[in-house]
Amino acid sequence: MSDYNFAYLDEQTKRMIRRAILKGIAIPGYQVPFASREMPMPYGWGTGGVQVTAACLTPEDTLKVIDQGADDTTNAVSIRKFFEKTAEIAVTEKTGDATVIQTRHRIPEEPLGEGQILVYQVPIPEPLRFLEPRETETRKMHALEEYGLMHVKLYEDIARHGHIATSYAYPVKVEGRYVMDPSPIPKFDNPKMEMAAIQLFGAGREQRIYAVPPYTKVVSLDFEDHPFDPSKADHPCDLCGAEHTYLDEVIIDDAGGRMFVCSDTDYCAGRQAKGHRGRLSPTEEAAQ
Amino acid sequence: MDMQSLSGGFATPPQDSSRAFRAALETLARPGTIHDISGAKAPAPVSEAAATLILTLCDPETPLYLAGAHDTPDIRDWVAFHIGAPLVGPEQAMFALGAWEALSPITVFPIGTPEYPDRSTTLIVEMDTLNQDGMRLSGPGIKDSAMLALPDLAPFQMNAGLFPLGLDFYFTAGTRLAGLPRTTNVSDLMEAN
Repeated sequence: MSDYNFAYLDEQTKRMIRRAILKGIAIPGYQVPFASREMPMPYGWGTGGVQVTAACLTPEDTLKVIDQGADDTTNAVSIRKFFEKTAEIAVTEKTGDATVIQTRHRIPEEPLGEGQILVYQVPIPEPLRFLEPRETETRKMHALEEYGLMHVKLYEDIARHGHIATSYAYPVKVEGRYVMDPSPIPKFDNPKMEMAAIQLFGAGREQRIYAVPPYTKVVSLDFEDHPFDPSKADHPCDLCGAEHTYLDEVIIDDAGGRMFVCSDTDYCAGRQAKGHRGRLSPTEEAAQ
Repeated sequence: MDMQSLSGGFATPPQDSSRAFRAALETLARPGTIHDISGAKAPAPVSEAAATLILTLCDPETPLYLAGAHDTPDIRDWVAFHIGAPLVGPEQAMFALGAWEALSPITVFPIGTPEYPDRSTTLIVEMDTLNQDGMRLSGPGIKDSAMLALPDLAPFQMNAGLFPLGLDFYFTAGTRLAGLPRTTNVSDLMEAN
């Protein structure tokens, strides 16, 4: 018996969040206002994602939490412990075993299936915010489907840099209607958003919830002569040799030495367990 | 208020409502799928699925409209004791419960505003049976196409045409639940052939 209500939040709060999630599912990409609560962690640590996860969890769920693809960073560990304590649910680091995955800034490399829910932690949910600071105006722009300003921004990128320089939080259009911020995932992950799992987005400080149902059209904005390019570092992973994954660059000495490793730790470990090796992998004997 | 109004709530509210919500989320996110939900029992003619759904989603902050045969003193007492939702007419309703004939015409319900399309009614339509046949569904949440027996055709097509405004629907029969968001395109299989 826990001293907490199941999944920490009180029932009234969960009902309010659940209603917002359902309206979000019914209007893909539209940001539903909700009365975000104070959580026992600071804003910016995933309070929106935590509230959405808390409203979705059932006692039978298995939870995975990742931070920039990693299961073992502070943010991921503390949120996983939080739900172990307050909801007494099972947790895992394996993408395939999880029914609910809370993520900060990555989509797992392993394709997600039906029966899984991906919960994103979102800092700034409004894709137009840095172009137009007034909420009253951005709300009107969404209502009127007035997204010219966003294309001007991408065009200015091209005029200045020769290509679209936005590399994360790359804006998408959902089901041909709402322009949406996919949270600061690398644009490499954008094509994965057309998936079989339910995607929910929670922004705690900004008090918004939005959603993308399964098999929903998610198109990254681009131009005919500058098509969308989901780029990544042009290296294989130095630990598992993968050439198709998103990589982190890690400085390893004072002489400018560096290595590239998969940002998805579970995927990389799974490949290494299957015998895949990269440039800096320990040799078979050393590993044993 | 008799004993019937006081009984029929969840045995373990946090756990029961979490399972019911997940079913509600899955059915709305995947139109055409049918899930079982149970745990709450309201006076007849409210089905177990509908009772469980309003107990999971409604509270004193959600104006509720009881339509036709679902507007009885027993049910009003049950809602007052378990949910506390203000009972209102269709024009103010955030949720509405009733049979399709009693809820029609659905044009009286709020469909949201261009700036706040979420401020629209969710209709809970009580059905005799719920089957995966009849109308052909397509849209978000559906891989290729899905089938669901709906009580009507034109009102749902009109509703989908209002997107991003519009109403969202749940269908209930016994303990079975299906969902139909405003994004789903509905067509008659006979006409399509």
